Amino acid sequence: MKKFIYADNAATTPVSQPVLEAMLPYLKGEYGNPSSIYEKGRRALAAIEEARRQVADALHCKPREIYFTGCGSEADNWAIKGAAMALYKKGKKHVITTVFEHHAVLHTTQKLEKLGMEVTYLPVDENGLLTAEDVKAAIRPDTALVSIMYANNEIGTVLPIAEIGAVCRQAGVLFHTDAVQAVGNVEIDVQAQNIDMLSLSAHKFHGPKGVGALYIRSGVRIENFLDGGGQEGGHRAGTENVASIVGMGRAIELACAPGAIAKKHDHLVPLRDKIIAETLKLPHTRLNGHPTQRLPGTINISFEGVEGESLLLMLDLAGIAASSGSACTSGSLDPSHVLLSLGLSHDVAHGSLRLSLAEDITAEEVDYIISSIPPVIERLRAMSPLWEKIVKEEQAGA
Amino acid sequence: MLYSDKVLDHFSNPRNVGELENADGVGEVGNAKCGDIMKMYLKIDDGIISDVKFKTFGCGAAIATSSIATEMIKGKSIDDALQLSNKAVIEALDGLPPAKIHCSVLAEQAVKAALADYYRKQGVDPTPIVGAIEDCDACH
Repeated sequence: MKKFIYADNAATTPVSQPVLEAMLPYLKGEYGNPSSIYEKGRRALAAIEEARRQVADALHCKPREIYFTGCGSEADNWAIKGAAMALYKKGKKHVITTVFEHHAVLHTTQKLEKLGMEVTYLPVDENGLLTAEDVKAAIRPDTALVSIMYANNEIGTVLPIAEIGAVCRQAGVLFHTDAVQAVGNVEIDVQAQNIDMLSLSAHKFHGPKGVGALYIRSGVRIENFLDGGGQEGGHRAGTENVASIVGMGRAIELACAPGAIAKKHDHLVPLRDKIIAETLKLPHTRLNGHPTQRLPGTINISFEGVEGESLLLMLDLAGIAASSGSACTSGSLDPSHVLLSLGLSHDVAHGSLRLSLAEDITAEEVDYIISSIPPVIERLRAMSPLWEKIVKEEQAGA
Repeated sequence: MLYSDKVLDHFSNPRNVGELENADGVGEVGNAKCGDIMKMYLKIDDGIISDVKFKTFGCGAAIATSSIATEMIKGKSIDDALQLSNKAVIEALDGLPPAKIHCSVLAEQAVKAALADYYRKQGVDPTPIVGAIEDCDACH
């Protein structure tokens, strides 16, 4: 059988067996509409309420603070547009975010700018970090919302969310975080971390695609994003995707079970760091993202003189599924905005590789990845006129 | 992004990779900012392209278009090589995804740039023969 190592878990994860089993009844016999009054409907309603409790337990909030959505992008759109619409009427027309958010946030804030709001895009340092002080300095009397991602999808840097939350709470400004990459990878406590709104997506932690959720702290009022029927407490219309919601509940229960995240870190961090250390032995390579404040399974390395897509295709031939920056931008010719935000030049940004490991990866698979990268890099560099230039310049300088 | 088998074949087994010492014409097009650089080396004997090599920094399509372009001009006359169009490169590869059409333009331009260099080395102004070699407009 052809070798296949899936190292793109930041793009999506496989649905796990227990999640599939939890979902199956709602794809077969349990077809009731949760809004229906009879027993079949009530059973569907009970199932989504159980999932709501499972999500709430994982985030340390109340079930009624969880609203199911169609995906993580919808949760981001709703949080930002909903807060902006609610607060614009009160004269608050300023939003703070960062330059390296996911496009679900960036394109949403750009839409707000077109509608007359002002947006501050905070820069990040060479490791993809910013401080709570940076956020504090950007807050104005008319700031409606701060939206800063929990962990970056491309480079894996984990931001100081608790500190940023404290600053926002003290200033009386709403704080939203896109935690799509963070859930199941880091311990989240929305109360202790002063988070007002948090977006998550099931398929990043072995749940199904097509379902996400938005946590909205009770007392926070934002405008609806999807108007219609009375589902989700009248705040998100549309007949519930029962099976997927049930799957999301089971998936988060497993991902965030007591000890599960610590166990994941114990297994993945040494393997992640081994890949990083071994790969950086190649000349003209660079680790992108913070060396320690990063997601346990996410690695991002730039190889000078090599273009990312060729690298991915070569690794695919070797049976390794990886990514170059965000898969959402793979249709574009421009290098990743995240890598450019770290100060990388365009040509270096073009040659990046993201590996994102799952908890079940083995030491043998990691060794295979480590041994597969150098020959691919050497082969591509041997045919690269850009690499030729880099070597010549180095020889001239030496 | 769906590549044809032909593209994947030329990407994974590129033909005529390398450099030619004492090449009669060398052309380089594209830039690192766009993420594509193609460099083409030609050996020309009696108006025939007797040998050709290339080096490319770029995506799978960039490598495949350079590879097939070298096959399409090797052993051909200069006049034939000047006729090589990006459309012919796309057809020979059984198509390219829309976002990668610019790679075929780059391959055509790389051949023309190498021929222009050949003419310059002969003391002939290449512009009336080869035409203007424009940078690809994909990233402007």
